[in-house]
Amino acid sequence: MPRKNRQDMPLLDPEERVLHFGEVALGYDEEKALAEAERCLNCKTPLCMQGCPVNVDIPEFIAAIKEGNYDEAASILRRKNNLPAICGRVCPQENQCEKFCVLANKGEPVAIGALERFVGDYHLARGEKPDRTGERKDQRVAVVGSGPAGLTCAADLARMGYQVTVFEAFHKPGGVLMYGIPEFRLPKKIVEGEIEYVKSLGVEIRLNTVVGKTVTVDELLEEHGYDAVFISTGAGLPYFLNIPGENLNGVYSANEFLTRVNLMKAYKFPEHATPIMVGDKVAVVGGGNVAMDAARTARRLGAQKVYIIYRRSREEMPARKEEIARAEEEGVDFRLLANPVAIHGTEEGWVKEIELVKMELGEPDESGRRRPKPVPGSNFTLEVDTIIIAIGQGPNPLIPRSTNELQVTERGHIVVEDEKGRTSKKAVFAGGDVVTGAATVIEAMGAGKRAAQAIDEFLKAYF
Amino acid sequence: MYEIVRKEKLAPGIKLFEIKAPWVARKAAPGQFIILRVDETGERIPLTIADFNRDKGTVTIVAQEVGYTTKQLGRLEPGDAVLDFTGPLGQPSELPDSGTVTCIGGGVGIAPVYPQVKALREKGVYVITIVGARSAEYLIFTGELEELSNEFYIATDDGSRGCKGFVTGVLQELLEADRSIDHVIAIGPVIMMKAVTAITRPRNISTTVSLNSLMVDGTGMCGACRVTIDGETKFACINGPEFDAFKVDFDEQLRRLSFYRDPEAKAMAKAECRIRNAKGAE
Repeated sequence: MPRKNRQDMPLLDPEERVLHFGEVALGYDEEKALAEAERCLNCKTPLCMQGCPVNVDIPEFIAAIKEGNYDEAASILRRKNNLPAICGRVCPQENQCEKFCVLANKGEPVAIGALERFVGDYHLARGEKPDRTGERKDQRVAVVGSGPAGLTCAADLARMGYQVTVFEAFHKPGGVLMYGIPEFRLPKKIVEGEIEYVKSLGVEIRLNTVVGKTVTVDELLEEHGYDAVFISTGAGLPYFLNIPGENLNGVYSANEFLTRVNLMKAYKFPEHATPIMVGDKVAVVGGGNVAMDAARTARRLGAQKVYIIYRRSREEMPARKEEIARAEEEGVDFRLLANPVAIHGTEEGWVKEIELVKMELGEPDESGRRRPKPVPGSNFTLEVDTIIIAIGQGPNPLIPRSTNELQVTERGHIVVEDEKGRTSKKAVFAGGDVVTGAATVIEAMGAGKRAAQAIDEFLKAYF
Repeated sequence: MYEIVRKEKLAPGIKLFEIKAPWVARKAAPGQFIILRVDETGERIPLTIADFNRDKGTVTIVAQEVGYTTKQLGRLEPGDAVLDFTGPLGQPSELPDSGTVTCIGGGVGIAPVYPQVKALREKGVYVITIVGARSAEYLIFTGELEELSNEFYIATDDGSRGCKGFVTGVLQELLEADRSIDHVIAIGPVIMMKAVTAITRPRNISTTVSLNSLMVDGTGMCGACRVTIDGETKFACINGPEFDAFKVDFDEQLRRLSFYRDPEAKAMAKAECRIRNAKGAE
């Protein structure tokens, strides 16, 4: 019997999408979820699980969907993944679980991500809270940063019975899930729901606390009575191009642009007091998911013309294919093999145009991608009002600067001994973007999970 | 929530708030700032720390009502609270241990000069303080500063108190009288700090200024507070807010501060309209 085709993810019409910040991917209804779950072969050796950084029991949760037992599916998912409604939306499944699905050979793997989202949303809507009758331990762990790595580590440690406090610099928890990823891709209600779940495990979240400033890692250990610290502060320092004109009014880092819109809700200005300035023509520099998010956000804020400027070709773009496709559907104009050399301004100091040089691809570099090099004399300009620099972020220096004996790399990433996240400093662990450089939500979650294991081993051996 | 324990009206449109924030008070140092948000729909704004009391667990800030958020803050009373209050952020001042230091404060910038004068005097440094404002009624902290400083001068634009003119005039006079000054600290409008630097640079008197850049997070994450220092881009929030005045591109700072002038004006107009409508409905 021929197997059924993969169920499509229903999407909002592009013309409607750019008018507001509502979620674009609408999710499966029950009928679709059941039909998709039926496609899973429940392989004896489930290859899909190899591709999952947190090792979700994929065939098992899908089997529970088939039976219509969504509560069971949720508890199977939550055994390994504390944030299923988030992962179902933002994980690059095509490079992970779905890539290894047996059906992927025929081009149509089981839509594991969409099913995860279905179960995650179902569970959030039910509002069920976890059973907290397990053993309580006396040891206290401080988690620095409430992004995906921190929330995962905190949740796992709380499940093990440890007393966990998460320290967050911002006024809302969630890290990049709140300030970085836009509402139309990851509704903040979903993030808040998942965080409520983590809190219901017994995790305390202390907001408005900048570790490295308000309190240091050393003080957490020596004065505040924490037995271990997990540092998961993310990639909190935007890179700029270092070209003339970059400090003109109208030039944003993607971090600033997205934080104003997502965390501060500048798209609801002036009801929300934080302003954002977007002109008719916007150039976003970069080819990753953050660049796509910024470009699509600019469209929704009313920009008529949005360019993506990327120095390599489409093949090398680090963004998910799906994100590139969504951006194209929304009318974003891709100017590939082009690199900014200068930004020119008006007399009053506002952005007027961006000067680019054409690029061509040479020999492969250390990343295996062909190295772009400028074509001499090929400079050209694009008239724009707003420029958003989305070329990556480095680790934030506040913690390394203020922590004794904490080893960092030349670029400022925290050095860890092994994948479990042990640092050079006793009782201090680290994971996520602050160790690896900017990566994905799920990779950070994997690091948080492994660190929770390592912290458990450490505390058991030490106390 | 962070409770306001004391509020004082210092001058027209300039208000002092002493706010309960024990974690911030514990670490606060002269030169640093905080970021606050009044309510759920509020903007995060940076304000320089004007004083702190570790025993009481309070931090004092002074705000001039120039925008939507500072006006919103200005309507709060003791017993009210701000929703968010984060800090201390930025690098503490690097203050000299000896010699003669001239501390210059202009307008609301007089407030952050106060903890610096206090710290310098505690170290036994000889402090000459110069404060300036549009007119006498806009002067703040004059009693406290006069008491703390070894010498104290006032300049007002209209001559309603102290010398008629700007703080730079007083500084110029001191230097022309061959007073030896080892270091200058200037905090106030960008234009004032630029003018002070124009006087100290040719005489090679090291000068520190504090930049009140636009910020969102205040922790190095957004880069809104970019400032060119010696031709290189720095973030005022984590590398500053104090910088070697000789290296600062003041014109760029001035321009960057105008980034949101238009939407800010729009927000203010809308807010005033809301207040009027609310009154009309009563």
